[in-house]
Amino acid sequence: MGKTYRMLQVARELVEHEVDVAVGLVETHGRYETAALLLGMPLLPRRKFAYRGSVLEELDVDGVLARKPRVVLVDELAHTNAPGSRHQKRWQDVVELLDAGIDVYTTLNVQHLESLNDVVAQITGVRVRETVPDAILERADELELVDLAPEELLVRLKEGKVYIAAQAERAATHFFRRGNLLALRELALRQVAEHVDDDVLEYREAHGVDATWATSERIVVCVGPAPASARLVRAVRRMATRLRSPWVAAYVEVSGRAPLAEADRVRLEAHLALAESLGASIVRLDGLGVGDAVLGYARKHNVTRIVLGKPTHARIWDRLRGSLLDELVRGSGNIDVHVISGDDEKVVTHDAPRDAPGAPFELRPYVLATALVALMTAVGWGLREAFHVPDVEMLYLVAVMFAALRLGRGPSIFVAGLSVATYDFFFVPPYYTLAVRDGRYLLTFTMMFGLGFVMSALATRVQRQERAARGREERTRALYALSRELGDSQAEPEVAEAAARQAADAFGVPAVIVADDGDETAWPPGGGLLDAEQAVCKWAKEHRTITGLGTATLPGAKVLCAPLVVGDQVLGVLALRPEAALPHEQRAFLETFARQIAFALERVRLTEQARLAAIKAKTEELRSSLLSSVSHDLRTPLGVLTGTASTLRDEARAAGAAERAALAPHVQRELLDTMVEEAERLERLVKNLLDMTRLEGGELALKREWVPLVEVVGSALSHLEHLLGTRAVYTHLPDDLPLVSVDPVLLEQLFINLLENAIKYTPEGSPFTLRARVESATLVVELADQGPGVVVGDEERIFERFYRGAHPGKSSAGLGLAICRAIAEAHGGTLTARNDGGAVFEFRLPLQGTPPTVEA
Amino acid sequence: MNGPLILIVEDEPQMLRFIRASLGSHGYRLLEAGTAQEATQLATTHAPELILMDLGLPDMDGLELTKQMREWTRTPIIVISARGREDDKVLALDAGADDYLTKPFGINELLARIRVALRHVREAASNVSEPVLTIRDLTLDLVKRQVLIAGKEVHLTPTEYKLLALLAQHRGKVLTHRQILKDVWGPAYANQSHYVRVHMAELRKKVEADPARPKLVVTEPGVGYRMRED
Repeated sequence: MGKTYRMLQVARELVEHEVDVAVGLVETHGRYETAALLLGMPLLPRRKFAYRGSVLEELDVDGVLARKPRVVLVDELAHTNAPGSRHQKRWQDVVELLDAGIDVYTTLNVQHLESLNDVVAQITGVRVRETVPDAILERADELELVDLAPEELLVRLKEGKVYIAAQAERAATHFFRRGNLLALRELALRQVAEHVDDDVLEYREAHGVDATWATSERIVVCVGPAPASARLVRAVRRMATRLRSPWVAAYVEVSGRAPLAEADRVRLEAHLALAESLGASIVRLDGLGVGDAVLGYARKHNVTRIVLGKPTHARIWDRLRGSLLDELVRGSGNIDVHVISGDDEKVVTHDAPRDAPGAPFELRPYVLATALVALMTAVGWGLREAFHVPDVEMLYLVAVMFAALRLGRGPSIFVAGLSVATYDFFFVPPYYTLAVRDGRYLLTFTMMFGLGFVMSALATRVQRQERAARGREERTRALYALSRELGDSQAEPEVAEAAARQAADAFGVPAVIVADDGDETAWPPGGGLLDAEQAVCKWAKEHRTITGLGTATLPGAKVLCAPLVVGDQVLGVLALRPEAALPHEQRAFLETFARQIAFALERVRLTEQARLAAIKAKTEELRSSLLSSVSHDLRTPLGVLTGTASTLRDEARAAGAAERAALAPHVQRELLDTMVEEAERLERLVKNLLDMTRLEGGELALKREWVPLVEVVGSALSHLEHLLGTRAVYTHLPDDLPLVSVDPVLLEQLFINLLENAIKYTPEGSPFTLRARVESATLVVELADQGPGVVVGDEERIFERFYRGAHPGKSSAGLGLAICRAIAEAHGGTLTARNDGGAVFEFRLPLQGTPPTVEA
Repeated sequence: MNGPLILIVEDEPQMLRFIRASLGSHGYRLLEAGTAQEATQLATTHAPELILMDLGLPDMDGLELTKQMREWTRTPIIVISARGREDDKVLALDAGADDYLTKPFGINELLARIRVALRHVREAASNVSEPVLTIRDLTLDLVKRQVLIAGKEVHLTPTEYKLLALLAQHRGKVLTHRQILKDVWGPAYANQSHYVRVHMAELRKKVEADPARPKLVVTEPGVGYRMRED
């Protein structure tokens, strides 16, 4: 003892070396020396839990994580946390701190070590319920043994230095007997020695020292649902540690045998989990027999030792079914077979979840059973009286069969017994007594009862299998429904919503999907987690394990969270709110379910990413073509401008200096005209580019107003007055055209661009015709010219951005018509080109809404 | 030189140089301000006859400055800006600017706008508006409320007449839809721009040779209308 004291001593040394040490939780047990060492150390506040009227204080993990000292002191590693804590055990808290990069100094009594649990129980007769897995001890960088000779300890105990006095007496009589202490001391010494060995071994291996003691041992332990298996597992772990060999816990599923009962299945899983926590790897074997399967595995994997428990059943079973031990020993060849005592069947280790409580006694089936027997007796009586039917006992068999199929095992055996008695009473002479005159009836009785017994067993088994099969079928159906619906969903919200719905269906409890998309969106909407549930959700995500109600972490929560994991990515969490902890097979099912959802989520996310990437690539492509086009179109006029302007300036300077005439006036004028033209061209280009960017907004960018078409057309034509010159433009706009809801500015731009395009590509002076009509709720406007028309095959391409047809002597950025089409489409309309004695551009605009009326 | 005094509020030296050169050669006297603060100071101390206002000023938005100045002066303000969107124009005009020119603009355009603005000031100051206006082939007798197109009388509805008369009185200037609506229909109609549009279409049928190619009243798309004066 004195471990807390020693820990504090070491910590004080650290503090003196200015290491950032904080006291997470240290129990002084009211001892003065220990408390004295705590003076001046930074104590972190504890977390308080109200529990059954008292207040329990626990390590505040979040507090430590927030404070993040270099080293934290946490006393009593094996402590069990108060209900409502994040973890059941303190060592789990410590693991979390270690994972967060905080060094932990802690204390542990040897009897609390998981693999020594049985040994300690054997030595002392006291089973310690608070245990710590060996794996955590192996994580320790340093292990310091606080050793004390037993005699000295007993003295200290009497002096009250170990426990405070009131408890000391009781503790001493139960536990602190000299024999116990000696044995425990030995255990502790051995354990530490092993740890030291490990360090040496590691060192040798790390430094390439030839591993002279490298072992080729490999152990397989056969694990089953029997409670003794836990003991077996611990024993093998010690053996494996001593031999420094890897070990495997194997379970054999014998094909054809009835599936394990629920309680057995739970225990088996607990044993396998225990083995895994003690460092074993787990295998599940299939085979026709346990022996064959184990031996097959052993040979294939160079196993040197097979360990199994001592048989506990009567020898008669071995005669009937063959002995596993026998089979293994005979078939093992050069493999050693160890048989370890397994007689300790009453021990149920704390790791094994409690057996599922037996179904509570129900009276109803027994009442029914009695009624059934009464009915059969009445029928038999009637038959015998009326027809002298001899073999009424068959009727009772019917009753037994019915009871077996419908009422369960207990009632059916009850029926068998009652039948025998009733039959004897009513139908076996002497009547109305239970006495039997004819010895032959005894055989009938035995047969009746035996048959009833066997049948009930058979029927129960059939029922159980049927129930299991039905459960499997339901789960399969739920998975099928899930995958079908998820497959149909294309977007993340759909997937999440479908998944939440299916999960709620399959588990019959409210279900929520919380997507890990940065803002924790929950589906179905509004089903978000409460603050208390967020912690569960967070833990599930960070540690990728099912967390919450009924699990090892935060078991007291109202919610059960399953992380949706694909590869090394957590995509979200499936949260269920069941009334009670889920049964074991449901938990496994939940894992499968979550995996399916995760895959579906990943699929839609990848699809979405691909889509975005495609859009991005397209945008990039556009941008680069825009850049190349624009840089050309900007540079040309700029080049002309710079050239002309500098010519004018330089000539004027030269003329001034040489006192000679400057450029001839007509040349000067020509240059100036060029400059103005180029500047205007530049302006048009910039305007086009601006329009184009404005239109990227689509419908949103529109400012619709009710406008007469004639105003828009008129405005476009007067804008182009100079460019049109003397060209005739024949407009045919019927008087009764309705007002149209358009963005007048953009629509005018559409007509300006169309007209500019027509002016550019038709011979000087050739006329245009602009015609409008309403046709099945669509406004149709056509602009026809009498030029050469659109190059055949180019009718669509001319609307593409930066497409320039082959037109010698015409400069174009290839944006005008693209803008026209974008405007048309932003209005929900279309713009197409065709040839009809020249080019015809047709703009169709669906008429929407009712135009407002206007007072005179 | 005794030409009209113009305050130029503009912070770009090149633009300033260009305007200075062209306006100076047309006989205008110039004041230059690079910031809103300077502009306010010069406007109060020198009482210019016209202000050319750039919207992008270092210390205040030109739009805001226009609104402020309108609280104490009726000096015409012509906004010159690179903001070419219709909304910007409407905002500036509704804030009290008399006209709006988008950069880039030709010097003739600027000179024309300045002339229009100055004439309107003069007309307002003389307090005698001409009873008969003649614009292109339109003759408008404000006293007799008579409208002649190429010497032939045209019959207008009262609303159309009011519309035409309003534009004629402000000829050369842009009137926004809102300004027209307030004046002709009343403030309650300020957002019913389709009223103006429909009546304008009717009016054009009567006064324009080809309503699809208007010469007299031109549309400023998204902003309003302007009656040409030349």
